[in-house]
Amino acid sequence: MVRADFAAIAKWISPNTQVLDLGCGDGSFLDYLQKQKPVHAYGVEIDDARVLSCVQKGLNVIQQNLEGGLALFENDSFDTVVLSQTLQTIHQTEKILREVVRVGKESVISFPNFGHWSHRLSVGLGHMPVSKSLPYQWYNTPNVRVLTVADFEKLASSLGLKIIDQCILHEGREVTLLPNFFGSLGLFRIRRAEF
Amino acid sequence: MSELHLSRNTIHFAEPLPLQSGAVLSGYDLVIETYGKLNADKSNAVLICHALNASHHVAGVNPDDPADIGWWDNMIGPGKPVDTDHFFVIGVNNLGSCFGSTGPMSLNPTSGKPYGADFPVITVEDWVNTQARLADKLGIRRFAAVMGGSLGGMQAMAWAIQFPKRIEHCVVIASTPKLSAQNIAFNEVARNAILSDPDFHGGNYYEYGVVPKRGLRLARMVGHITYLSDDDMAEKFGRELQRPNGESHDYRFSFNVEFEVESYLHHQGEKFSTYFDANTYLLVTRALDYFDPSRRYGGSLNRALAEVQAKFLVVSFSTDWRFPPNRSREIVQSLLSNKSEVSYAEIDAPHGHDAFLLEDPRYHNLIRAYFGQMQRSRK
Repeated sequence: MVRADFAAIAKWISPNTQVLDLGCGDGSFLDYLQKQKPVHAYGVEIDDARVLSCVQKGLNVIQQNLEGGLALFENDSFDTVVLSQTLQTIHQTEKILREVVRVGKESVISFPNFGHWSHRLSVGLGHMPVSKSLPYQWYNTPNVRVLTVADFEKLASSLGLKIIDQCILHEGREVTLLPNFFGSLGLFRIRRAEF
Repeated sequence: MSELHLSRNTIHFAEPLPLQSGAVLSGYDLVIETYGKLNADKSNAVLICHALNASHHVAGVNPDDPADIGWWDNMIGPGKPVDTDHFFVIGVNNLGSCFGSTGPMSLNPTSGKPYGADFPVITVEDWVNTQARLADKLGIRRFAAVMGGSLGGMQAMAWAIQFPKRIEHCVVIASTPKLSAQNIAFNEVARNAILSDPDFHGGNYYEYGVVPKRGLRLARMVGHITYLSDDDMAEKFGRELQRPNGESHDYRFSFNVEFEVESYLHHQGEKFSTYFDANTYLLVTRALDYFDPSRRYGGSLNRALAEVQAKFLVVSFSTDWRFPPNRSREIVQSLLSNKSEVSYAEIDAPHGHDAFLLEDPRYHNLIRAYFGQMQRSRK
C-alpha cells in the first residue's frame, strides 16, 4: 500500500540527487523513491522500532529528534529535504522550517489539511475531526500542531520561504477547486526566498 | 542446532613491522580465534576488534577453561546478531596485549629477557596494520565487516581509513573519533597508579618476580567508574553498607570497606590484577590517547574520513558518559558531510559505557537487522 502523497513527492525529486527524508518513519517512502529512480538518500527518525525497520530495508537512517534541529547537516547539503506528514508532529514549527530550507536547496513539506470540509463540519458539529488524513482521536493523536493549507502559506510567507509549487490532494487526486476546502493533504515545494 | 566451529591458532609473522613511532618490531605472534566457516570466495569474514582488556576469545567457551565464556558471546554465534552460520568471524588478540600475542611479557629476542619497558608504544593504526597482515595470511582480501566497541570501534574506523577497499561495512559502537581531555585525564590517573607502584620497577617487574598489583587494582577501579553510569551505580549499590547478614547497619567509623560500591570496586580491581599485565595497561591506554585520525588533516575529521568506502553503522548509548552520544555524532556528521553511507542509532540504555557488552533487545535487534541485511544483499 503506497501512501497517496508518495508519488506526488517523488515527482518533484530528480534522479541522481541527494535526498534527506525527515521523520522517515519505517522508510516506506525512501524505499519507494529508490525503486522509482536512483537517488542517494538518508532518513532521520527518532522511534527505535522505525529505525530498525529502516535498517532492515538497508536504508541509511540517522536516529535523531527533529525538535533539536538539524545540526548534523550542513547548509545546502541536500538537493531535496522531505518533511512528509511530520510537520504537524513537531512543536518547534518555525525552527524546523528554517532548518529544512537551510539544509535543502529545495524542500517538500506535506501535512494533513485541517481545513478540509469534513473537518470543518466535524468541528461545526462540536467534535474534533477523525478522518483518513487525521486518523486519531484528540486524546491519542501524535499531531501537536493543526494547520490548514492557507495557514501554511501564511507562515511560509512570514518566514521568507518561496513556494515553488504546490499540490493539494484528496484521496490521491489533485484538487484544484477550492483546495483548502476540498483537499485533505497539502504538499508544498519550497525554498529560501533569497535563493 | 548449528555449531560455533571455534578454532584457536597462534600465527607467527616473521617480516619486521614498522610502527608509527618509528620503531620496528622484528617479528611477532598473534593469537586468533575463529567461528563459523570461511566461504569459497572468502567474502564472509567479519573481524572483531577488542577493547582495553579483552582478547581473541570473543565467543563460545574456552576449550581449556569451561568457565571462560567469550567476551562478546551474547553478540556472536550461531543464530546470534552476528550469525556465525553465515559469517566467518575472527577475534584477534592485539599486539602488545597479554593473552598470547606478542607483548611486553614476551621474550625479547635480542636480550633473551621479557620486553618489559622495552616493548615499543603501539597505536591503533599499528594494530590495524597487523590485522591487515593477518587478513593477508588468511587470504581475505576484503572483510564483509570490521566491528568493535569502544577502543575496538576506533580500530574499525581506522580500518575504513587505512584500507578503504578492504572493508565493506564498518560497525563502530560506543566509540569516539578521539579522546577528550577528560578521557585522557582518567587514563593518566590509571597509568600513574601503575607507574608509582613500588613493584613496577620501571616496567621490568618480571625480573623481580613481582606484579604491580596495587597499581593495577587502582587503575581498574578508576576505569570501572567510567564504564558505569551514575544511575546504574545508584541502582546496583546505592548507599548500601557492606554488612554480613544480621550485623548492625550502623556506621563503623573506619576507613575499611564500608559501602557496597567500595566492595565492588575492590573486587573488580583485585580480579583484574590477577590476570592483566601492567605494561599492557600502559600501552593500551596510550593507544587510546593517541588515536586521532583527524590529526594529520589539520584537525578535520571530514578529511580524515574522505576516502572511506565502507558503509558505516554507528551506535551510541544514552547514558555512556565515557564516550557519550555526542562523540558518535561527530563521526556521523563527518560521514554525512562526505555523503558516505551511514546509519546511526542511539540506544536508550541505562548501563553507561558497558552497555555495548550487554544484552539489550533494541541494540541486539539493530545489529541483527544490519548483519541480516548485509547477508541478504550479498546473495
